[in-house]
Amino acid sequence: MCLAVPGKVLEASDVGSSRIANVQFGGVTRKVYLDFVPEAGVGDYVLVHVGFAISKIDEAEARRTYELLEEIGAFLDPEEGQP
Amino acid sequence: MKYIDEYRDAAVAKGIAEAVRARVTRPWVLMEICGGQTHTIMRYGLDEMLPPEIELVHGPGCPVCVAPLEIIDKALAIAALPGVIFVSYGDMLRVPGSHSDLFRVKAAGGDVRIAYSPMDAVKLARQNPSRQVVFFGIGFETTAPANAMSVWQAKREGLRNFSLLAAHVLVPPAMRAILASPANRVEGLIAPGHVCTVMGTREYEDLSRDFRLPIVVGGFEPVDLLESVRLLVAQLEEGRVQVENQYVRSVTREGNLPAQRLMEQVFRVCDRQWRGIGAIPLSGYRLRPEFAEYDAELVYGTEQITAEEPRECMSALVLQGLKKPVDCAAFGTLCTPERPLGAPMVSSEGVCAAYHAYRRRVPEAAR
Amino acid sequence: MIPLVCPTPIATRDRILLGHGSGGKLSAELLRDVFLPAFANPVLARLEDQASIEIGGVHLAFTTDSFVVKPLFFRGGDIGSLAVHGTINDLAVGGARPEFLSAAFILEEGFAMADLRRIVDSMSAAAAQAGVTIVTGDTKVVERGSGDGVYINTAGIGRLRDGVRLSASLARPGDAVILSGSIGDHGIAILSEREGLELESEVASDSAALHTLVDAMFEASGAGAIRCMRDPTRGGVASTLNEIAAQSAVGIEIDERAIPVHEAVRGACELLGLDPLYVANEGKLAAVVASESADAIVQAMRRHPLGGGAVIVGRVTAAPAGMVIMRTAFGTSRIVDMLAGDQLPRIC
Repeated sequence: MCLAVPGKVLEASDVGSSRIANVQFGGVTRKVYLDFVPEAGVGDYVLVHVGFAISKIDEAEARRTYELLEEIGAFLDPEEGQP
Repeated sequence: MKYIDEYRDAAVAKGIAEAVRARVTRPWVLMEICGGQTHTIMRYGLDEMLPPEIELVHGPGCPVCVAPLEIIDKALAIAALPGVIFVSYGDMLRVPGSHSDLFRVKAAGGDVRIAYSPMDAVKLARQNPSRQVVFFGIGFETTAPANAMSVWQAKREGLRNFSLLAAHVLVPPAMRAILASPANRVEGLIAPGHVCTVMGTREYEDLSRDFRLPIVVGGFEPVDLLESVRLLVAQLEEGRVQVENQYVRSVTREGNLPAQRLMEQVFRVCDRQWRGIGAIPLSGYRLRPEFAEYDAELVYGTEQITAEEPRECMSALVLQGLKKPVDCAAFGTLCTPERPLGAPMVSSEGVCAAYHAYRRRVPEAAR
Repeated sequence: MIPLVCPTPIATRDRILLGHGSGGKLSAELLRDVFLPAFANPVLARLEDQASIEIGGVHLAFTTDSFVVKPLFFRGGDIGSLAVHGTINDLAVGGARPEFLSAAFILEEGFAMADLRRIVDSMSAAAAQAGVTIVTGDTKVVERGSGDGVYINTAGIGRLRDGVRLSASLARPGDAVILSGSIGDHGIAILSEREGLELESEVASDSAALHTLVDAMFEASGAGAIRCMRDPTRGGVASTLNEIAAQSAVGIEIDERAIPVHEAVRGACELLGLDPLYVANEGKLAAVVASESADAIVQAMRRHPLGGGAVIVGRVTAAPAGMVIMRTAFGTSRIVDMLAGDQLPRIC
């Protein structure tokens, strides 16, 4: 449940009482409400669900944990390496 | 696509699956709740990559599947009214109520439309002042903030022709009901990462403590789920019981505070029927009295609509993770996506539909 | 103990649903339960995209199609050019050289004359470019509110190549499955222009006439090497491959990594929870060919402007009969099923 897709904030502006951004997902962009993630700015990645950003991707944490993941397989089977 | 592609990396995924294989010493039963997580497992064949000791069971994580017959019947009644534009997320259109479904209501002349966001429905209300717009507010906690915002915005603008048919369901109470059942076999839980993005992880700490259950808050891509399994297996093998966060790029302990604040102002917790499980106390949201004029149940007087839920059926056991879709005698024969007997087969997120779509029968000869 | 509950099945089918037009299982059911029994004859029973008929010793292919696309104008085309291309393609994938088209219009009262001119000019240009002639037509006008601006129905006729017989029932184990290029472009282009979605993308419909690409494929292969071809429109590549697997009683195995998808199409599909395999195409073809001819055919396709992305995506297998299986990038397998109705965007 909860299809939420990560996208990059290209620009953001206040429209009425909402904060709306143009967010890029791969090769498409879409308007997204930033009301729940007001701290998100241009260049940030946000997770979007039904037209609303629900979190700002913590890029440092993502990088840190991903590096650990890459090591897991390599540690077990050093001969295999990358395909 | 960043934050998607790397979490679908085959080499990394295989590495993690190997690590699980190396670590596991005995069988473990793990549950994941989220329909989206079930979907990923089936679509990428993650259960095939994991060692046979790991049994993955699927919980009631499809808000479309668990929406009770009653609420579908209310939706159908409202959608059939002249002057109403009934707006719903796509998943709901094929779910059968007692006698019909939204597609059929549409075929019979009801104005039923698909929305990708609740704000689409608000926009429709703005653009069609002479029509009544009703939005079908299905979803878990992940979707509740957006649905709340639609009502909030409608009230701000003073719209007189918009209302929400609230059918939200909450995960932790359902998990408690499942874990408290004498038939429960779940030894570890992959908690839904997007629900936790909104709500934080505190409720799962309570769950973990109360049931001595290892929990890992997991994401939705194959690497996320395999890593969540790996962390759970490590806890189980080491005899640890804690709540770990695998989905750190999105989930924090507190969750999304602005979203929670809005939900607090718009919704209140209520009892809910879960299709396939029954009544679970304090497991849903409904609109607060201050938003009465935006509450479709009150506006259309549907509170007296009740539905007779039929007797015992496999759906219930499947939704609680006690049986697999393939265990059901009707699976793929009497019960197919075109002629579903139960909600888990109807919804594209339902576990039976996922099994039917991806894993109906792949004999050894094909591999 | 919590009482167990179960929803009731809906058994009656007394009205047409949108899903009946989706190209999936409901469409197949309608054909099987309503149309085939009423119009029973051996030509129709073959269920190809076009009918192979013989009149006075001349072998012809005959097809008909209707176009109801919304919006009427989109990036990469319009309902008019779509109508011409779609009809030509139905003939071409049947092994025929398209020659003559008919075009019948159902216009809604109040439809703008300027829009009609635009559509008709577009059809004229598409036909001229493809070397086909629109030789007959019809016009009807319905009351305001009864139509969607304009619906176009076409028929097409062309001569079958001598000695060529293509059929979805001719796929054999060992055959190669070829796609002429990236999938999902048309469907996403249309969705992007739908009001309310507010999706900005550069994705253009791939609407194109494929008959000269088909010519190149025949030139590069010997007799009988091409078993069948289809243009995967509604229901996408998944539905097309399922139809072939069912009619030939074979399995088809495709490799996820081989399937070409544009980045923008992928992004849109991720966002909406759609699988590109089920999204419509209007300028692509899928072909099942003898494995020994596959490389030569792909090379010839790549030299053609509409086949630059041609690639072998899979193989025909003996089993499981009637099923399409995809080998994922992880080495695991999953079924690529036929959808019941339209693919619905999901929130879950």
